Amino acid sequence: MRWSRVTAVRVLAVLASLVLAAAVVPPSPAPGAAPRSFAGVTVNIVTFTGPQIAEPLQRHGPEFQKMTGARINVITVPFSDLYQKILTDFATRTNSYDAIVFDPQWMGDYVSAGYLEDLTGRVRADPTLQWDDILPYFRNFSATYNGRVYTIPLDGDVQMVYYRSDLLARDGLKPPATWADYLAIAQRYNGRDLNGDGKPDYGSCVAMKRSAQSYWMFLSVVAPYLQSKGTSQGAFFDPRTMRPLMDNQAVAAALDVYHAMLKDGPPEQLNMDVGDTRGLFTSGRCALSVDWGDIGTLATDPKTSKVNGKVGSVITPGSRMVLDRDTGKLVPCTTQTCPYAIGGVNHAPFAAFGGWSCAINKAARPQVKDAAFAFCAYVSAPPRSRVDVTLGITGFNPYRRSHFGLDLWVKSGMTRPMAESYIGAIRQSLQSPNMVLDLRIPQNAYYEGVVLDTALAEFLAGQLTAAQTMKQIEDGWNKKTDELGRAKMLGAYRASLSITR
Amino acid sequence: MLGAGRVRVRDAAPGWLGAWLERASPWIFLAPGAAIVLLFSLFPLVLSLYFSLVRLEFAPGGFRLAFVGLDNYAKLIVGVDREEFVGVLAGPSPAGWAAWGLAAAGLGWWLARSARTVSGRGLLARAALAAVSAAGVWLAVRTLAPHGRPGSLVVTLIYVAVGVGAEYVLGLGLALLCAQRIPGRRFFRVVFLLPMMITPVGVAYLFRMLTDTSKGPFYPLWKALGLVNFSWVNDPWGARAAVLVGDIWQWTPFMFIVLLAALESQSTEPVEAAVADGASAWQVFRHITFPAILPVSSTLVLIRMIEAFKIVDLPNVLTSGGPGTATESLTLHAYVIWRALDIGGSAAIAYLLLLIVTVAAVSYVHLVHRRAVGAA
Repeated sequence: MRWSRVTAVRVLAVLASLVLAAAVVPPSPAPGAAPRSFAGVTVNIVTFTGPQIAEPLQRHGPEFQKMTGARINVITVPFSDLYQKILTDFATRTNSYDAIVFDPQWMGDYVSAGYLEDLTGRVRADPTLQWDDILPYFRNFSATYNGRVYTIPLDGDVQMVYYRSDLLARDGLKPPATWADYLAIAQRYNGRDLNGDGKPDYGSCVAMKRSAQSYWMFLSVVAPYLQSKGTSQGAFFDPRTMRPLMDNQAVAAALDVYHAMLKDGPPEQLNMDVGDTRGLFTSGRCALSVDWGDIGTLATDPKTSKVNGKVGSVITPGSRMVLDRDTGKLVPCTTQTCPYAIGGVNHAPFAAFGGWSCAINKAARPQVKDAAFAFCAYVSAPPRSRVDVTLGITGFNPYRRSHFGLDLWVKSGMTRPMAESYIGAIRQSLQSPNMVLDLRIPQNAYYEGVVLDTALAEFLAGQLTAAQTMKQIEDGWNKKTDELGRAKMLGAYRASLSITR
Repeated sequence: MLGAGRVRVRDAAPGWLGAWLERASPWIFLAPGAAIVLLFSLFPLVLSLYFSLVRLEFAPGGFRLAFVGLDNYAKLIVGVDREEFVGVLAGPSPAGWAAWGLAAAGLGWWLARSARTVSGRGLLARAALAAVSAAGVWLAVRTLAPHGRPGSLVVTLIYVAVGVGAEYVLGLGLALLCAQRIPGRRFFRVVFLLPMMITPVGVAYLFRMLTDTSKGPFYPLWKALGLVNFSWVNDPWGARAAVLVGDIWQWTPFMFIVLLAALESQSTEPVEAAVADGASAWQVFRHITFPAILPVSSTLVLIRMIEAFKIVDLPNVLTSGGPGTATESLTLHAYVIWRALDIGGSAAIAYLLLLIVTVAAVSYVHLVHRRAVGAA
């Protein structure tokens, strides 16, 4: 067949274009090959103001840009605004955020609305991520929803109690095993000078500010009263009926403990968030505190800490009485009621929040999605995360098997006993068969962040009695459940409890 | 023939386009302004009314708005959010009964007097206003009673009444001082204006630092007074006082500068004549100065009152609405639930606030402002 001159020129032009395009767009690298180039790509990634959580992203961004050419633009918003900012951006299709580092509890809203990119294939295909090094709990709670992977964990969250090991050792006291022990120790040290500056200090420093993250502290207190028969029993609702478990003797007892923490703490405790209480503890002004893993790493900072080498960590205290869900009353802990009790004490460490995780906007452009995934995988990969989890300012706590080597923590500045205590407490919490999973159903931000938070704030302020508080939480939760559909919410709650650990 | 520099204007009759432009020119000039008002005021107003009647639900690919009628309003007034919005009602104290009695008597007397001079729609409107005012006083009396608790509605009314009242009195006092010919008055004018220049969030953080009795610049003072372990935020009225002090500190300059301008623009002759006749300073103020600045004062109070209803920065940053919900204003209440994407509930509070501000402003204009202007 003979081509006309015009046809030949057209064919040649098409071929030339293909050759040029192949030269400009780099092919996906083979596994284990040098990092892919994302020159000219900007990734807008949003997270909480911090400095925690935002700091490691801001620090690793320029490194990643040097390696790949992708510019990482970290946008920060206050924690209380993060949920609605992201959802508003996605729901209105503004899509100004390409990736988000957020609370994996919120997956119930984000995934069901189809906003997040499915990363199941990507995480397995990226050997640098070392997916299997991430502990099963974080792979399954923080990263997976309905069997698909939607996030890359960057942080592992479980709450613990911190105590001044030097004070307890001096006075022959053991770390608190129950909340009654906690209160007794707090009372003993409250009003005494604990850091040698001549001013009276505090027995217990716990964040109690409204619209901060305080309700998680209460949930750590109530957890051992509510759940005793294993993780799948749940601690928020009756998994048979979706009836809230918030109006019973267990919650009443926990409210008493929570309220008692007020009088042995700083006068401003009602207005303190975790930033304030961590500062007080590491400056040596508190004998006890309840927090995520952050105090352990902040305590080693030579610039701000006066307690390095003097901090012990322990699994959150438990209870000798647990809830009988049929009667609503507290019953003693026995082998039947508390099969996982240790020394007659039911512990239920609370995996509050789940751990900050990175997800990708499904509506982002393909090359931006690739760059965002590569960046989050870069931050999560062991060479970076192993260092980040030892730095207090990152806000990242251990979540990989490779994070639990003792030498890693000793090298970061912890004394050996402090390191053993710290990773021992986290390990014991994560391995506990009675660990409590945080609430991961649609609009959990409303259940916890509005209803529970407001009721607790009013209770601590003396505006509500314990009975009124419990009723207000129950009524608020029931109203929301009815609005969203009881059957649908029950299904979501049951699905969240079947997470494999 | 026309002189140099003058141009002959053609006398031909305008075509249909020219005639149309002539008729439509007012609308053409008004159109851009009207479009902006519609786009940024009216449409959002109508849309948020719609939002107050729906509930946001997430659906694959986006969201949907499920129509729920008045459910969002019902939740606030009689439902699960009633205590946070309206408050907890308790039996009035003796002082409460006295206040209610005085208010009821005053409103009754006012209505009876109005019936002599006003009739028809005017009287009906005044009766409705009296009923609303009486309900407001009754709500305040019962929620401020010993076992009651004011909700965000009454807390906002407290901020408005106490805040605007104090700002006016202080602003007037400072204006009267700066209107005197004393050395340094220009310096003080600038200094008194400074608080208004600071962003409200900055003011809130400033007062948070000042009210921290355990550290900060006032620590020696708190220590000397034995208040080191006292916390403003642990007591509802202490926290409300802290919010009010911050708000009054920030907005008194606004009252001050406007009243100062009003005082300085006053004619001096009546004052000189009164002084020559032996009037005291108080008599001059009471009978000459104050009536002269009454129209300006009335306008100022109206403007500030409308703004005061929207207070959010100070209670949010200073106390997060706490302790509990003791300092939570209506706007802060709306903001807290809006953060959890309860758009409908948040819009319902905003609309109720709009209703309250409109009733308050319209009543104020008809009953106070027009009289103040007329009296001057």
